[in-house]
Amino acid sequence: MSPPKQPPPLKIDAMLDDAETRILVCCGSGGVGKTTTSAALAMRAAERGRKVVVLTIDPARRLAQALGLGELSNEPRRVAGLDADGELHAMMLDMRRTFDEMVYAHADPDRAEKIIATPFYQAISSSFSGTQEYMAMEKLGQLAATGHWDLIVVDTPPSRSALDFLDAPQRMSDFLDGRMIRLLSAPARAGGRGLRRIVGAGFQLFAKAVSTVIGGAMLADASAFVQAFDTMFGGFRERATATYSLLRSPGTAFLVVATPEPDALREAAYFVDRLSTEDMPLAGLILNRTHPVLARLSAAKARDAADNANGPTLAAAVLRLHADRVELAEREDRLFSRFAGAHPEVAVARVPAVAGDIANLDGLREIGARLAADGYPEHERSAALGAAR
Amino acid sequence: MTSPGWPAAFSGVRLHVVSGKGGTGKTTAAAALALALATGGKRTLLIEVEGRQGITRVFDTAPLPYEERRIAVAPGGGEVRALAIDAEAALLEYFEMFYRLGMAGRTLRRMGAIEFATTLAPGLRDVLLTGKVKECVTRTGRDGRYVYDAVVLDAPPTGRVVTFLDVTRAMADLAKAGPIHSQADGVVQLLHSPQTAVHLVTLLEDLPVTETLNTVRELDAADLRAGALIINKVREQWLPDRSVAPAADGRIDTARVRNGLAAAGLDLPAEVVDGLVAETVEHAVRVAAEAAALARLDSELAEPMPRLELPHLLGGVDLGSLYELAEALVAQGVHVRQTSGASA
Ligand SMILES: Nc1ncnc2c1ncn2[C@@H]1O[C@H](COP(=O)(O)OP(=O)(O)OP(=O)(O)O)[C@@H](O)[C@H]1O
Ligand SMILES: Nc1ncnc2c1ncn2[C@@H]1O[C@H](COP(=O)(O)OP(=O)(O)OP(=O)(O)O)[C@@H](O)[C@H]1O
Ligand SMILES: [Mg+2]
Ligand SMILES: [Mg+2]
Repeated sequence: MSPPKQPPPLKIDAMLDDAETRILVCCGSGGVGKTTTSAALAMRAAERGRKVVVLTIDPARRLAQALGLGELSNEPRRVAGLDADGELHAMMLDMRRTFDEMVYAHADPDRAEKIIATPFYQAISSSFSGTQEYMAMEKLGQLAATGHWDLIVVDTPPSRSALDFLDAPQRMSDFLDGRMIRLLSAPARAGGRGLRRIVGAGFQLFAKAVSTVIGGAMLADASAFVQAFDTMFGGFRERATATYSLLRSPGTAFLVVATPEPDALREAAYFVDRLSTEDMPLAGLILNRTHPVLARLSAAKARDAADNANGPTLAAAVLRLHADRVELAEREDRLFSRFAGAHPEVAVARVPAVAGDIANLDGLREIGARLAADGYPEHERSAALGAAR
Repeated sequence: MTSPGWPAAFSGVRLHVVSGKGGTGKTTAAAALALALATGGKRTLLIEVEGRQGITRVFDTAPLPYEERRIAVAPGGGEVRALAIDAEAALLEYFEMFYRLGMAGRTLRRMGAIEFATTLAPGLRDVLLTGKVKECVTRTGRDGRYVYDAVVLDAPPTGRVVTFLDVTRAMADLAKAGPIHSQADGVVQLLHSPQTAVHLVTLLEDLPVTETLNTVRELDAADLRAGALIINKVREQWLPDRSVAPAADGRIDTARVRNGLAAAGLDLPAEVVDGLVAETVEHAVRVAAEAAALARLDSELAEPMPRLELPHLLGGVDLGSLYELAEALVAQGVHVRQTSGASA
């Protein structure tokens, strides 16, 4: 059997140092480490001398504290305690406030107040699935427009599928453009004759059914909102389109984060394929939380020896936990090889799981070092970990 | 406090709702629970509601239509059936029942009208889904007995599960009258009765434990019954308790390890021994963190909760190992009481 072909390495430092790299977007399915990776990359870039802002979304409490993000501020704040001449600024997305600001930017104050006061707006701006993605894009557009930053690192919202980040703004747009609301609230007038012919009387019935079930008041409310929104909508759509083209511009690169698990890697594969059909640039895959074997000794040999040890000695425990780790690492390698086999061109950086919590800047710096080293950095390998990898 | 095992009262529960933080193993645990409850000649139904075809992935079968299908045979002659409820299909079905939309239904669905209606009133979706669940739980056969000895629901994650189950609140969003209201009353009754238990899957990690504790409080506030904690991916602890703390601190007697290895017949180069020691430190840090997470559950839960454990399968989960997980649950006491006829 020939050894599996190694994927091309993802050269993190070269990417971070390159002045042409202006925007990095970290995507991936839920819980794989997008927020942690974004913060670690931003911090590393700053410590290598760039002026960086990281836009985080719902960071875990301890990570937020490490970045000095006490409460939502919706504007970048400088992070203290870095070892370098670069600058790191961090912010946490406040989706509600970003939405409000957008409304104020596109409507006169009176009208804006009115829109914001409707219960329907309140619902949409806080709980419609896709609002967070849309607002993250909006915020990215704003940050890019200031021209302040050498590098913007963008975290993406927690979601099942990495694709949501690309799809949600379109869904949101479709929703807000109001065709359906108009159809439902006044089916006789809206929609155009062609459409009415297709669905015929069924639609009238459906509209009636919907309004009986969810209440006429809700529909009327939605309809009023859409009317008020109509004039602003062009502006919204334009903004979203502009941000989209930003994502396609040469200074932007996507990083897809995955853990060595079947679901996460499958999502990563979908995402990689989608980027390529959309002509969006992929920098590479970050395989996060791996468990590489640190000692060259097979699982079978370790278990045999543990059985030979006289009683439950420390050495027997060491051998058994090593055997488990070898099995885990083999599974992770197998899962990753499957991905790499189907996507041989995707560059990869592997980040071994850190034991314990990532609760401060040192923790982030450590992740950054592992990212750049595609594994354990040299100092650790020689000191704590012995030579083997 | 938490206490290991399956309390007797749970064997009379008819609807087992399984939630947990995303990715903690809800679908896996729900599948194992459905198998465990079916063990010994029972019939259970495993339901999913998020349109993700998670059940078929676990059981390695073709995608489920909106229809109950047998997907597994349980040890001792039981069977597990599965149903993937499709909210849009359920809404259409519902509209059909009362308004006779005819062919237009399908066109409307293609246009996105159905999705739109459920977006406008998110509670509507939940009411329809829980309505269908209730129908399955209470359905009886010609002999007057329940068709299913127990129903297991692979529910939305902790962030959404309380809203999902709080049908009363969802109904407040919807029109005040109409057929949907009379249906919802029965659902509310079932979900708040001792016939329903909401089990929470968690890992012994900081974030999932925090979410679990929050969810227990939310369930309580909504007057819903928290069931068992299902601790998933429990890994083997090889180090003796007293060695964990020093090892996590990096205090491992390398000479003692080397001598022990030699005594077991292994004469290893220094760098391999160093590697083994480094792995041991990581193992100890993890074990200590897990113990701390469990201690947090023990100390921060206001009411004691039963606790079930599922081992971490190093090779991942496949159909065969699902039976192992089910067996582990049975060994911890999971079972269904012999059902009498339906009384409702
Ligand atoms: N390399 C790593 N080693 C150990 N723990 C890690 C690593 N990367 C991330 N984690 C931990 O994993 C958890 C999830 O990480 P994170 O919040 O960054 O994920 P996410 O993808 O942003 O999640 P979400 O989809 O919920 O936003 C956190 O507890 C984090 O500390
Ligand atoms: N006990 C276990 N041992 C090993 N792997 C497990 C175990 N339980 C679950 N897994 C794996 O963890 C991953 C997540 O499990 P699962 O899909 O059941 O979680 P979930 O909570 O339903 O996720 P989601 O929130 O995406 O619905 C899967 O790859 C599954 O195979
Ligand atoms: Mg995140
Ligand atoms: Mg699931």
